[in-house]
Amino acid sequence: MPSTGEASKRDPAEATLGSEDPAADPALAVRGLTKRYGDTVALDEVDLAIDGGEFVAVVGPSGCGKSTLLRVLTGLEERFEGRAAVDGVDVRDGGSDAVGMVFQEPRLLAWADVRENIAVGLPADVDPDDPAARDRVDGLIEAVGLDGFAESRPGELSGGMAQRVSLARGLAYEPEVLLLDEPFSALDQLTKYEQQDNLLDVWRERGATVALVTHDVEEAAYLADRVVVLGGQPGTVETVVDVEADRPRERTDEALLAARREITDALGV
Amino acid sequence: MATTRETETGDVGSALAGALPDADRFRWLLGLVVPAALVVVWHLLVATGVFAAHQLPQPLRVVETLYGMAATGELWGHIAITLQRVFFGTLLGVSVGIVLGTVTGLYGLAEDLLDPLLQSLKNIPSLAWVPLFLLWFGIGEGAKVLLIAVGAFFPVYLNLSTGIGNVSEDLIEVAEVYDLGRFESLRRVVFPAAVPSLLVGIRGGVGLAWMFVVAAELIAASQGIGFLMSDGRVLARPDIIVGSILLFAFFGNLSDLAVKEVEKRAVDW
Repeated sequence: MPSTGEASKRDPAEATLGSEDPAADPALAVRGLTKRYGDTVALDEVDLAIDGGEFVAVVGPSGCGKSTLLRVLTGLEERFEGRAAVDGVDVRDGGSDAVGMVFQEPRLLAWADVRENIAVGLPADVDPDDPAARDRVDGLIEAVGLDGFAESRPGELSGGMAQRVSLARGLAYEPEVLLLDEPFSALDQLTKYEQQDNLLDVWRERGATVALVTHDVEEAAYLADRVVVLGGQPGTVETVVDVEADRPRERTDEALLAARREITDALGV
Repeated sequence: MATTRETETGDVGSALAGALPDADRFRWLLGLVVPAALVVVWHLLVATGVFAAHQLPQPLRVVETLYGMAATGELWGHIAITLQRVFFGTLLGVSVGIVLGTVTGLYGLAEDLLDPLLQSLKNIPSLAWVPLFLLWFGIGEGAKVLLIAVGAFFPVYLNLSTGIGNVSEDLIEVAEVYDLGRFESLRRVVFPAAVPSLLVGIRGGVGLAWMFVVAAELIAASQGIGFLMSDGRVLARPDIIVGSILLFAFFGNLSDLAVKEVEKRAVDW
């Protein structure tokens, strides 16, 4: 039991693993992050530390600033107060280069086929026409279950397929920190389960640090080591729930159910 | 009731199409019915004396005149020089339009500096340029090509500049998150996204090039379809005037179809 909502309000960072051991430099460190859009405060004094190789889910009601948090971490928001750093480098000083992001919408290039779209995610020093890079892209196409669609354009794909292309693009980037903004929200239940397991495989194989924003409590509990519950408007960290279940996990694991209950309680549902 | 009837018609239509698979292929011929009817009416009006033959020639007379000029070879010289002017004028106008459209689309400073000027210049009617161009460049080919270039320039500039400026922010963020870099994000995201706008601009530019070539040739030319027209007026030969109009109609449509075809192939997503 990491902390109660009360405790985390006093000092949410205390609840996070990274800050307990000052020697360990967290892969992702957010301290006192406040982000305003005009008069609207989207995030208020958010603290978050994610260790290298950790899988953290961020849940919260709509409008609590979940997506804003990811935007800050990817370097898309230049102005904010507080600190946001990846491997100790501020996201505004190139720290965001190590961060890959799968957006909530597919955001694909309409004129490019699936292969080209995924190749956009390849690291800058990789030539997309290189046979090895091609194989890598083909492997990703297979991993997200889109075999045979390599030459298709986004207009020919369903919403769920487009979202998987976007997911494959994020994986192609092979970032140290992978951020995902509700990447499975447009998928049917079965595909969603498949892609969640696929993400877990990739995470295990690559040892990447993952932060996943979702509104799906079940998904958060199943995937994450820790679930950060954001609440209110402006967004603040309500509590952090540790998911104790062993991996590989069964979706029906008692520990997951307990974690789900805890998250749901923290959300005040 | 109306819906039912519509459905029925639809069914009958598809049933017919099933029985006569080629029926749809000849649908475009329907577009010729009204023009053909107008030619017949035209013929009747002149034949019955409603219009005097010295003001409006019979359709066949126009055809005869064009055929006669084609047979003596006189016609080809006029057509060739007009096509040449339109070609080089369009080439020049489109090129400059692409350069300035790109620069103003990409750089806010360039837009602030150039756009207000160009926006007001575009409202100057084509004929207003003629005296100045004659004064500056004489009655040679240069003046005409430049005048046509002015016409072709504006639609290309306006469409491309807004096209580049309006490339979806979502896609630009994708390029940013995946660290494509300035050059690659232009090559892979911004320019392809602006191609449809560019082609719309080129189509408009070609249309205006034909307008401007008439202006140039009516006033200062000794050859060309426009010259043929004004010559027809001087010689009181309505058949030549109407014939020239038909030639403009033919080549104008032809060039529009050509650009449309390019558009269809290039923007196929």
